[in-house]
Amino acid sequence: MTETDQYNFAYLDEHTKRMIRRALLKALAIPGYQVPFASREMPMPYGWGTGGVQVTASVLTPNDSLKVIDQGADDTTNAVSIRRFFQKTAGVSTTTRTTEASVIQTRHRIPEDPLREGQILVYQVPIPEPLRFLEPRETETRKMHALEEYGLMHVKLYEDIARHGEIATAYAYPVKVEGRYVMDPSPIPKFDNPKMEMAAIQLFGAGREQRIYAVPPHTRVVSLDFEDHPFEARKGGLSCALCGSEESYLDEVIVDDAGGRMFVCSDTDHCEGRRSQACTEAEG
Amino acid sequence: MYVAVKGGERAIKNAHAWLAEERRGDPSVADLSVAQIREQLALAVDRVMAEGSLYDPDLAALAIKQARGDLIEAIFLIRAYRTTLPRLGASRPVDTGVMACDRRISATFKDVPGGQVLGPTFDYTHRLLDFMLAAEGEVMPAPQAEPCDAPMPRITGFLDRDGLIGQEAPSDDPPPDLTREPLEFPADRALRLQALTRGDEGFVLGMAYSTQRGYGRNHPFVGELRVGMVAVEMEIPELGFAVEIGEVVLTECETVNQFTGSKTEPPQFTRGYGLAFGHSERKAISMALVDRALRWEELGEDNVGAPAQDAEFVLAHADNIQASGFLEHIKLPHYVDFQSELELVRRIRAEAAATSAVRAVAE
Repeated sequence: MTETDQYNFAYLDEHTKRMIRRALLKALAIPGYQVPFASREMPMPYGWGTGGVQVTASVLTPNDSLKVIDQGADDTTNAVSIRRFFQKTAGVSTTTRTTEASVIQTRHRIPEDPLREGQILVYQVPIPEPLRFLEPRETETRKMHALEEYGLMHVKLYEDIARHGEIATAYAYPVKVEGRYVMDPSPIPKFDNPKMEMAAIQLFGAGREQRIYAVPPHTRVVSLDFEDHPFEARKGGLSCALCGSEESYLDEVIVDDAGGRMFVCSDTDHCEGRRSQACTEAEG
Repeated sequence: MYVAVKGGERAIKNAHAWLAEERRGDPSVADLSVAQIREQLALAVDRVMAEGSLYDPDLAALAIKQARGDLIEAIFLIRAYRTTLPRLGASRPVDTGVMACDRRISATFKDVPGGQVLGPTFDYTHRLLDFMLAAEGEVMPAPQAEPCDAPMPRITGFLDRDGLIGQEAPSDDPPPDLTREPLEFPADRALRLQALTRGDEGFVLGMAYSTQRGYGRNHPFVGELRVGMVAVEMEIPELGFAVEIGEVVLTECETVNQFTGSKTEPPQFTRGYGLAFGHSERKAISMALVDRALRWEELGEDNVGAPAQDAEFVLAHADNIQASGFLEHIKLPHYVDFQSELELVRRIRAEAAATSAVRAVAE
């Protein structure tokens, strides 16, 4: 008996999957709204992607091709662990190629290459509530969303500008979805925010906090800003030391004891793709 | 030269192999059997069952062995296993009033029908290391008394009879299930008790202790603490009656708390309730104190802003599996977020430096 036979396809039982799928449908029907769901204990710790794993398990079919990234990379330890989990429990094929994957589970990044219709991007979310650090009470924040009362958030952003001259939020930068709900995009760098208006389905799972939310394809996703301080998805003006890309998001790597640094693409698939293309062009 | 962090898969595999070796420890020392853990580390087993929300001493012992004695890790193993189990049905409410008590004490009355039964307790032991245990000395059998068949009625029942203690509204509504529905606020008492009984013993203890030190003080007396075996019965639809399907050991604590009365209620005593799998006195008493503190609203008391009165605060942070998972996730790579922060701080610092340079020139 293989490990795939010992568990239901993709680990979760069908009743649980149905419950999660209903939450997903509701989430897609009300873009940006946080749907409570009865999150299960998973065989990996809360905070390590249990929400994303439950969402992926619920949407996965045997013909899917799964890609898992953490910090943009396929080979980070937790991405490896989650990919192996689905290899074991669902037996689906896996890939590191963004273009070949039908389901991509991610933590902290959106792939550089644009996603297309038919693909699903599943985000792991630690704190789904964008207002949480302004108001710790769930009873209060739910009321604020219901009343579309987002003044507190604007005050916070304004105070940032007053103090630092700019909005001092570099990741998990709040967005407004389809003109209604303010949503936490999960801790992606704000560099990735503009990519959220995409052709693929975006699903967000927060296991510990028991919330699911979603952004349907081609939905308006606007990063909060002010007319005189427009949102800017900037990054340091450097290029990748491996592939030379000037457009991609870069990780800083310390290379010697003197604090010497180099910058490389955080999206490993994008970087490898560019390098092999450069190779082919050089040979051709 | 930068070497891309490859080989995560092999590193994980090797780390786990090393872990397995460390778990076993020195192979020249005999392997610990699950039965030994179940029998000799019984209170650890009880805690794992209580917070793992699964009554199975053998599995709890196995989890403790696998977790190298890390009880929260063992509780996690049990929870992850439990969640995959099919739900066949619900038992009838267990009747702790007819518990076969190993221990039953009341701090409110000197003597009570059924008597004070100390049972196997650490209370009144002198906490002196017993070096005989290190020398693997055998234990003398404890003296035995005739089994006591006298019923042990609940102490709060006596207060109830005199109308001195607040009445609890009976309800046949099925209680909410924390493990099948998301926790939403406001949470009713059944749900709060459910969260507390599987909550971290240390956290619930800390919350209870804070009420004793004045943060939402509720003057508790241990009306009764009982530990023992109760029968679990289940209605079988095909049979039309309930059959006993097993027995569980429970610890139950009912506290009697002062209550000065409110606009609608005359002064009377009120209850706090604690119940946990196994022999878990500290947990059951702590739970009762926190339960009582969380009842301020229904009893018409003032919210003095104490942490233990705040249901959202207590319930959202009591679960050690959620807490430790989220706490430890900060070990995972965060270099993308950190990089964006790094850029932000560098930019703001550069701008600040430029501004002060301009100001210096101007002066």
